Amino acid sequence: MSERVLTVEGLSTRFPGSDGPVAVVEDVSFEIDRGEVLALVGESGCGKSMTAFSLLRLVPRPGRIAARRIEICGRDVLSLPVPEMRQVRGREAAMIFQEPMTSLNPVQTAGAQVVEAIRLHERIDTGAARRRTVELFDRVGIPDPDARFDAYPHQLSGGMKQRVMIAMALSSHPKLLIVDEPTTALDVTIQAQILDLLRELQRESGTSILLITHDLGIVNELADRVSVMYAARLVEEGRRETILGAARHPYTQGLLRSIPGLARRGEPLAEIPGVVPAPEEWPPGCHFAGRCERALECCATTRPDETRLADEHVVSCHVVAREASR
Amino acid sequence: MQAYVVSNLVVGLLVAGVALVAWRAWRSRLWREAAAGVARRRPASLAVVLLFVGVALLDAVSWIGAPREDEALSLRKPRSLIDRAFPVDWNERSYSRPLAAVEFYGGRALRHPGKHLLGTDIIGRDVLHLTLKGARVALLVGGLTTLIVIPLALLFGVSAGYRGGRWDDFVFFLISTLAAMPSLLLLIALIAVLGRGPVQVCVALGVTGWVGLCRLVRGETLKLRELDYVRAARALGVSEVRILFRHLLPNLMHLVVITAVLLFSGLVLSEAVLSWLGIGIDGSWGQMIDQARDELSRDPPIVWNLLSASLALFALILAVNRVGDAVRDVLDPRTAGDAG
Repeated sequence: MSERVLTVEGLSTRFPGSDGPVAVVEDVSFEIDRGEVLALVGESGCGKSMTAFSLLRLVPRPGRIAARRIEICGRDVLSLPVPEMRQVRGREAAMIFQEPMTSLNPVQTAGAQVVEAIRLHERIDTGAARRRTVELFDRVGIPDPDARFDAYPHQLSGGMKQRVMIAMALSSHPKLLIVDEPTTALDVTIQAQILDLLRELQRESGTSILLITHDLGIVNELADRVSVMYAARLVEEGRRETILGAARHPYTQGLLRSIPGLARRGEPLAEIPGVVPAPEEWPPGCHFAGRCERALECCATTRPDETRLADEHVVSCHVVAREASR
Repeated sequence: MQAYVVSNLVVGLLVAGVALVAWRAWRSRLWREAAAGVARRRPASLAVVLLFVGVALLDAVSWIGAPREDEALSLRKPRSLIDRAFPVDWNERSYSRPLAAVEFYGGRALRHPGKHLLGTDIIGRDVLHLTLKGARVALLVGGLTTLIVIPLALLFGVSAGYRGGRWDDFVFFLISTLAAMPSLLLLIALIAVLGRGPVQVCVALGVTGWVGLCRLVRGETLKLRELDYVRAARALGVSEVRILFRHLLPNLMHLVVITAVLLFSGLVLSEAVLSWLGIGIDGSWGQMIDQARDELSRDPPIVWNLLSASLALFALILAVNRVGDAVRDVLDPRTAGDAG
């Protein structure tokens, strides 16, 4: 069996609400092996980013995380003291944010920020760090890296900034890269370039990636496995081909149907009726019950168990469970 | 050690400190460009401010010097470079008009007829000399108080904004309480407690003056700490202290610089108000204006005293405000792009 880079078991992240704590991430479990790309898919506000922040214990106050187990490269994230946690951040697991425009400090040069990232985890002098940074810039496809070292963020385009962010994240050779909507803020041609770059870097260095996205196109480009999240819970997990080709959960199927495609040109686009309800209005059973066209009576009241359909294909749905047992 | 020696040392340290800060800032391209931008936009105002600073510095360095036989014992006190620019027995006996040859009342001949460029005051002191000496007091009030205000405001504002919670509640309560009191009354009360004197007045002005900047800094910190680059830094394993010093403070500096420059002129004016109430600093322009109150009601009125102090005050404030505007234009991201 290959080396396990990330293990998450029963992660819940709660924020205090007016009627007691509200779980924005509820009982989420997944794991990532070395060199694997796991995509965490779901619509805005379903808790994808919060899951990522929880892994590095970066949930903003007053949020609280609880889990049976979170391990990054064998280190128990939940019990690590703060200074050691800082060593995990950046060195074992680095994060790339969705907004390259605001992810760089505007009063420092791009190079200085990468140098800072390098020197946080390694004792090397500024000259060596600078050389490393220029190499990194070159590797992430920044033209004229030596000149870009001294550029301030406002002198760089969005795509360039995202490349700088990637360089910064890669600077300490992390084993796990958490990539939060890496291309949402970029235009389409730059999106493609950044995706190519991520794929290439991932292949070269064997880094594992937790890819957070709502774009199934990106999933198709990069992911090995996919976990679909809806309203704080995972609803379906499986290999990319399984999820994109033979999804069973009504929510995943709805998502896939709503992708514009050449095959159904001219027809109105399928949609999932309604919007994601606010956390206080989630039914006690399946969170998707209110919007599901195939919902049974038990759906709104009883939480569905996980049904293992194939070796790596797991679905949490009463309908699917009933069909499978038949 | 005698007072004037201490004062000289403090001035020396200040100049060294300013030089150090300027040198550090000069190495950063952002600040170098900002300084060049200000100089390009407001060359005349900047020159006026620098002129005042120069005069103040000349007046700030004083020593006693070798004894001379023709000096009376009462003159054996430290004299500054500005004092030394005027002869020792430069004083007249009473008022005289600018460049007059005789006294204003009585018409007795002056010791130095036609030499007092701006006339003399009630006890015959040269008004030009007094006005020049006022620059030091004005800059002392503005400068020292700003030096008190900025650390106070940064300490409380940044910590409250960054930590939040109870500490933030406490700081905000403190700010609101101070802001709710009429500042002039508070000033008078503080000076009554601390006593009169240049440093005491500056401390009093500082205590009442840090609230605005503190509130600004707190709000900005609240905004900055949620920004992606702060979160990104945290995700890279940067420590909280380092985030404060590398990512928050530098991004607050433009606010601090803008506020400090604008605060400065307000403080100099506040001192004039305090002098008007009779609790200002000796030798300030405010005091000269205060003394001129009675002189205006004489017939014929004596105006040169009042005019010199007021014009000097006006020139300094105007120049500082114009430089402040330019600083804001250059540093404020919302206006930085405009050609000025």
